[in-house]
Amino acid sequence: MKYLDEFRDPAAARALVERIRSTATRTWTVMEVCGGQTHSIIRNGIDQLLEGAVEFIHGPGCPVCVTPLEMIDRALEIAARDDVIFCSFGDMLRVPGSKHDLFSVRARGGDVRVVYSPLDATRIAADNPDRQVVFFGVGFETTAPANAMSVLHARRLGLTNFSVLVSHVLVPPAMTAILSSPTNRVQGFLAAGHVCTVMGTGEYGPLVERFGVPIVVTGFEPLDLLEGVRQVVELLEAGTPELRNAYPRAVTAAGNAVAQQALADVFTVTDRQWRGIGMIPESGWTLSERYAEFDAEQRFGVRELQVAESDQCHAGEVLQGLLKPNQCPAFGTACTPRTPLGATMVSSEGACAAYYQFRRLESAGGALAPTSATGGASAPTSATGGASAPTSATGGASAPTSAAAGV
Amino acid sequence: MSERPDPTNWVCPLPLRDTSRIVLGHGGGGILSEELIENLFLPAFGSAGGPSRDSAVLAVPGGRIALTTDSYVVNPLFFPGGNIGDLAVNGTINDLACSGAQPIGLTAGFILEEGLELEVLGAVAEAMGRAAAAAGVGIVTGDTKVVGRGGADGLFVNTAGVGVIPDGVDIGPQRARPGDHIIVSGNVGEHGVAIMSVREGIDFGTTVTTDSAPLHRMVAAILESVGDPNAVHALRDPTRGGLVAAVVEIARTAGVGVELDEQRIPVPETVASACGFLGLDPLQVANEGKLVVFVDPSYSEAVLAAIRSRPEGADAALIGRAVADHPGMVVARTAFGTTRIVERELGEQLPRIC
Repeated sequence: MKYLDEFRDPAAARALVERIRSTATRTWTVMEVCGGQTHSIIRNGIDQLLEGAVEFIHGPGCPVCVTPLEMIDRALEIAARDDVIFCSFGDMLRVPGSKHDLFSVRARGGDVRVVYSPLDATRIAADNPDRQVVFFGVGFETTAPANAMSVLHARRLGLTNFSVLVSHVLVPPAMTAILSSPTNRVQGFLAAGHVCTVMGTGEYGPLVERFGVPIVVTGFEPLDLLEGVRQVVELLEAGTPELRNAYPRAVTAAGNAVAQQALADVFTVTDRQWRGIGMIPESGWTLSERYAEFDAEQRFGVRELQVAESDQCHAGEVLQGLLKPNQCPAFGTACTPRTPLGATMVSSEGACAAYYQFRRLESAGGALAPTSATGGASAPTSATGGASAPTSATGGASAPTSAAAGV
Repeated sequence: MSERPDPTNWVCPLPLRDTSRIVLGHGGGGILSEELIENLFLPAFGSAGGPSRDSAVLAVPGGRIALTTDSYVVNPLFFPGGNIGDLAVNGTINDLACSGAQPIGLTAGFILEEGLELEVLGAVAEAMGRAAAAAGVGIVTGDTKVVGRGGADGLFVNTAGVGVIPDGVDIGPQRARPGDHIIVSGNVGEHGVAIMSVREGIDFGTTVTTDSAPLHRMVAAILESVGDPNAVHALRDPTRGGLVAAVVEIARTAGVGVELDEQRIPVPETVASACGFLGLDPLQVANEGKLVVFVDPSYSEAVLAAIRSRPEGADAALIGRAVADHPGMVVARTAFGTTRIVERELGEQLPRIC
């Protein structure tokens, strides 16, 4: 497939792996920020290829993982109403709230629909003037522009039956929180390529300055990720923290001005809870005063709904590498991929879920072994420090960050 | 593969009494029911249709009987390359074929929603007749019920099938064993993407059509090619849950591990790009005309040749092997020489946000 196959070439990948390995004089701890990058790393086994040279700590950039429990519960309450058509991206449907998930609401008669774009939701609203249509607006700076456009579109159409349950989160404040944590282990970042496509790279220079960490804007295909790692490792080895763009085919320094304008118009910065991490100041967007009429929390009176995270869940400590997943008392008993208590078990790429799968493989007599000519050691069973979910080979903790609580 | 039927051009061979839509009386067992059978189903099934009586009577050649049933509730009813009718015929034939059986008769049960247009029902029934005739199997008996508006989504079809397994053939998931080669008979993911393209109204720039096809002749060719019928251990048509579900289920049933070579799995570019766009894994997308074969490795070349000799098997590939390690679990080897655990979805596959 043109523009994709070029970035999946095994021979080029091998060359990059060799170059990274020959550059690295020690194991560097690198965080890929975006959930899409984590998915690609796990799917392609890039962590296995780089074992010994790079330990990945999987960043907080998975909207499914970090959307807080109380926001899920607000969604469930709205979706259960008789007068509501509740529209959501597909993978939010199985995220458990404190009692159940959107699938259960649908099974009990709620009108919950999977959409591929927020503009589908405005169309549904236009087609159903006698129903309230609510879109679950989750995600980072990547999904936010389209969600902003849906609000602008709704105003243009004069839709009074459309609203958005906004739970947008922002990357730079999360990175700041991670770097400010006294237990932080992250030495370099692969910044989220598509977030930067929208926002540009201007927000990251100050982080490099303030914390002295290299940040490399990175894409999502295997070669994109390896090129990002190569640059970050070279900067770490040279001791020269810089901001680099390793994804120039999609990212410019200025970003997408039209999208930024829509975001600035529709949203305003707010404090946000992150599941498994806690409150991060000024880390999210909510609807600005000008568009408050489209705010579903206000329309359905669910803003006061507060829910505490499970006290059985130790995701925060797992994320900091202070606890291995299987040392959590709930691991594999109260908390499984079918009945997750915390963010790290929700996503299949989360540290606890990955550890759970790996233990199944291990107890079945198997191992995930890099066998390519990278000279990597075999089975990543050895937990290299901290949380180390062995499926992610290098033992990097998964899902939300190592910063966790105390932020 | 049949042309996509156009229900608007369908003409009832004998106009049904005073109505263009299904009414509750069509399921009442009276004259309307009889007219529906005589004037719609039997002409539509054509040579594949059986005589009208309470149960079909089939002559059984030597061997053992295989029996299966499947219900079809697909939405939309019509999609690129097919419709619920040919899907219902081919799907049940394929369930029989995966036991090594040759089908000898199908049943057709309909649950119709009051108000369904007769043109739509006629187009579906005609597709069933065409598919059954093409497969050389009769639709030997059937049943129709009508439910009130809102009681069903247009129309549901159930087909049961009876087949005969030749003596000496013993195919089942429990027979997979370490060392087996794993073959898939062609491109994966086409049916699911065809459905999604119309259900979600997403234009992928090119039309992906369903791969719906009967597989019993391919199975017969495989069994003939190996000579020793015991060499073929397990067959599965990877429908819902895709290739992953089929392989994981066999691994779990047989208590063997599986190693898939991801690079060898044939995924057409259109399917790969549609899945990339939607955030889906093509290995977990449904197929309706593909076969997964676990075969004694010394016979895998013969089986591959037999599959490839058929037009629907031109893209067949050897995609992995069964191993003694990690019983019940499937591991995929990537293009980069790394491995990952492959697991079924908890429920249906959901598009990823990012």
